[in-house]
Amino acid sequence: MHREASRSAMFTRRAALLAGGQAALLSVLVGRMYYLQVVESDQYALLADENRIHYRLLAPQRGRILDRFGEELANSQQNLRALIVAEQAGDVARVLAALREIVPIGEHEERRILREVRRRRSFVPVPVIENLTWEQFSAVNVHSPNLPGIQPEIGETRGYPKGEAFSHLIGYVAAVAESDLTGEPLLELPGFKIGKNGVERLQDDELRGKAGNSRVEVNALGRVIRELARDDGQRGTDVVLTVDAKLQDYAAERVDGESASVVVMDVVTGDLLTMLSVPGYDPGAFTAGLSQRAWQDLVSNPLAPLVNKTIAGQYPPGSTFKMMVAMAALETGAISPEYRVSCNGMVELGSHEFYCWKRRPGHGSLKLVEAIEQSCDCYFYDVARKIGVDKIAEYSRRFGLGQSYRLGLPGERPGLIPTRDWKRATYGQPWHPGDNLNTGIGQGYVLSTPLQLAVMTARLASGRAVMPRLVKESGGRVAPVGEAPLLPIHAPNLKTVQDGMFRVVNGPAGTAKRAKLPEGLGLIAGKTGSSQVRRISKAERQSKVRKNEEKPWIERDHAWFVCYAPVEQPRYACAVLIEHGGSGSGAASPVARDVMIETLKRDPSRRQPGERLASDLVGRET
Amino acid sequence: MSLSSTTLGLKEGELTLVQKLLGIRWFLLMLIAAAVGIGVIVLVSVGKGRFEPWADRQLLRFGVGVVALFAVALTDIRVWLRLAYPLYGLALALLVAVHLFGTVAMGAQRWLDLGPVNIQPSELMKIALVLALARYFHGLSYEDVGRPHYLIVPTLMAFAPAALVLKQPDLGTAMMLLLGAASIFFLAGVRFWKFALVIGGAVAALPIAWNVLHDYQKRRIHTFLDPESDPLGAGYHILQSKIALGSGGVFGKGFMQGTQSHLNFLPEKQTDFIFTMLAEEFGMMGGLALIGIYAAILIYGFAMALRVRHQFGRLVGLGVISTFFFYVFINMAMVMGVVPVVGVPLPFVSYGGSAMLTLMIGFGLLMNAYVHRDVPIPQHGGGTA
Repeated sequence: MHREASRSAMFTRRAALLAGGQAALLSVLVGRMYYLQVVESDQYALLADENRIHYRLLAPQRGRILDRFGEELANSQQNLRALIVAEQAGDVARVLAALREIVPIGEHEERRILREVRRRRSFVPVPVIENLTWEQFSAVNVHSPNLPGIQPEIGETRGYPKGEAFSHLIGYVAAVAESDLTGEPLLELPGFKIGKNGVERLQDDELRGKAGNSRVEVNALGRVIRELARDDGQRGTDVVLTVDAKLQDYAAERVDGESASVVVMDVVTGDLLTMLSVPGYDPGAFTAGLSQRAWQDLVSNPLAPLVNKTIAGQYPPGSTFKMMVAMAALETGAISPEYRVSCNGMVELGSHEFYCWKRRPGHGSLKLVEAIEQSCDCYFYDVARKIGVDKIAEYSRRFGLGQSYRLGLPGERPGLIPTRDWKRATYGQPWHPGDNLNTGIGQGYVLSTPLQLAVMTARLASGRAVMPRLVKESGGRVAPVGEAPLLPIHAPNLKTVQDGMFRVVNGPAGTAKRAKLPEGLGLIAGKTGSSQVRRISKAERQSKVRKNEEKPWIERDHAWFVCYAPVEQPRYACAVLIEHGGSGSGAASPVARDVMIETLKRDPSRRQPGERLASDLVGRET
Repeated sequence: MSLSSTTLGLKEGELTLVQKLLGIRWFLLMLIAAAVGIGVIVLVSVGKGRFEPWADRQLLRFGVGVVALFAVALTDIRVWLRLAYPLYGLALALLVAVHLFGTVAMGAQRWLDLGPVNIQPSELMKIALVLALARYFHGLSYEDVGRPHYLIVPTLMAFAPAALVLKQPDLGTAMMLLLGAASIFFLAGVRFWKFALVIGGAVAALPIAWNVLHDYQKRRIHTFLDPESDPLGAGYHILQSKIALGSGGVFGKGFMQGTQSHLNFLPEKQTDFIFTMLAEEFGMMGGLALIGIYAAILIYGFAMALRVRHQFGRLVGLGVISTFFFYVFINMAMVMGVVPVVGVPLPFVSYGGSAMLTLMIGFGLLMNAYVHRDVPIPQHGGGTA
């Protein structure tokens, strides 16, 4: 029993030690609990919320683009679409194959989807197919158990109801490129589109609106359990342009098939009523994503459908530039309105011969207004040589040439008004006397855009430094219109040039008599221009001067006509360019006249109630 | 010994059923039922307010467990003494069999499919090892324990099943076996320096052991040492468990309001990580309540074991209590990120039948030892008395 007693005592001692050890270990656990649940609790509570609460951005509805009368040029329509989340889909190709049983997916599309799936993080939804019909959309929803990772969604798509005629002006929206990313989370939203061209790009901030967000509770798999809070954000504001959609449509129909540009401008306010460049393109195709082939077709088209000729096309202004030469000559006092030049069809300068368009027998003796009326080249050779290029440049700038108006549209180019310094800086060559002569008839180095010639014409008509205005209302604010300051020129001199322009249409020997307006619409003043595309060699000149119609299209002259009306109290200016149209009087002036007639008829102040205009019918039949 | 056993036609020292039932400690049963009750509450929360499919089955198992507990407790203790070695032999044979014919589940070979019943031999071994070691040390005198050569056999008895279980691979159970065995060695009076020797030897063998470990076990240890290194991979369990615990705070998020558990950020929430869910929904208060119940069970168990007057019963009783303690400690320490993730359930609370049955049989043995605390068991030949 003694042995048993000592064994029992040992057991009791050891049991006490064991109990102590276990108590110590349990206290460690209690201490750990205290640390996690009291000391660090706030931090873990935050982590738990981060786990379960996700913020989802909600894309705001994009604002509309409207014309001056409220007609929609760009709008946002409901877009039933399907997205795919690679992470949930597993085998993306297999899921797409299953989806193809329900809705058509092209091979090109499938490649794009697979490419984008690879490029993006696996939990980012990638758009699979857009603009589904209700039937297709419901079918996708019904089959969703067999389509893992496919998310049907009601999104938004951009619509351009006016199509090609407004493609350059309005531009388009397209998917965000890597280079567009600014850290703004909205831009990372799948399928989010931003303005890439035209007004869509210019006014992107206003049109885009403010992103909303939705706080959702998700489980460990990322599935949304419920929505905790929602902020719908702010839809983008509508942008109202100065453009008259019906007028631009009319102009587009009028020059259909040509490579051309038409600008109509209010000479008082500077409002651009029409800013047309044809041919255009389908802006919707850019929004949906263009195939390589379609892109190639656009790029290789000789009519350059991707170029907004109104602001990005730079052409020699030709004879429309003669008003600038005349203004410079009168203002500098180099000539008086009565100054006469005798035209025999040609001017010799050193070994060079400079011809008048009317080579045989020439125009005879002319004073300034007659020289403008008949567009005599010899007269302006003479005057240009007298005053020199720098004076011409100075006055051209006052009338708005050789500069950008910073409309903000992508691609706006400044044209070119040469000076002596410019030539030395650019070519390292001195200014030759012959350069003066070329400049005098708007050839040589001189370049301007159709918009610039419209502004020039508007300034000639009003005598004020009118600036073009495209956006009437944006971000809820109406852009201010003030009376433009008077140009620093003498009114009688301006009157003389206006008189010359009046005679172009209305004079007995005018070059654009066919531009006369019908009874009741008042009188119109204008100027033709035909700008040479290529230098005519002496050999060609001596053998035979070919008529434009006989030349291949690409070698024909560009046809210009600029005009304003009504003469008594000018309100509208118009510039028309027909690329390779031949002659200004033949190709451009009839278009300008028709557009001007429509412009005048559509003027709200003179419009008759119930009167039906040609432009009201445009697009109805088609 | 007020009643003469011989007058009742019983063997020498055998108790009547009434005597046995009087010896049952009902308070211990109530403590266990309280722990099961807490588990059921959490399982109802897992079932989103419904008893099925978790809570009802857990209660059923508890019922089976209570029957098993009584069956074990009311059997004469000498039967268990006699069965100690055969049961150990059987368990060891089954562990070998599981290697040869076992069913693979969750990447480990733990189950033996015997027609209608699936047996997890490692669970049986937890009981059998305690019994066998208790019987062995019961037969040794105080002086014998001091002689090293008497320790060779029990050491092998402990390491053989541990090695087999580790190969399954089941690190948690292997640890439980070794820690339970170590407790019995300790209580039997094995000198401290011998423990130091074994621990030193184990540390020296660590590099070899590392190579024996499976990749997932290595990864778990690695993850334990630096859980944030891989928050979406292997460190996910520990990290999410800590977030759930910490975000529960002092009073918890409320019944069925645990975001981590209900949104499935927390893995294995009805089994190994059930304590996390308890502490998320009921906060530190809920966790402390359960720890309090466990502490009461431990204190009560120690008190019972210390009143047993024979070495076999004492060793069995505290062997069971120690095994129970290590279940509790390793599971809680694991979910709190104190020890690596090993598959050890929380006693009476985690959903699962095997552990429940093992624990109830174990506590049945503790109860048995207490009931038979005054039954004389000779130091030698206990099996044939």
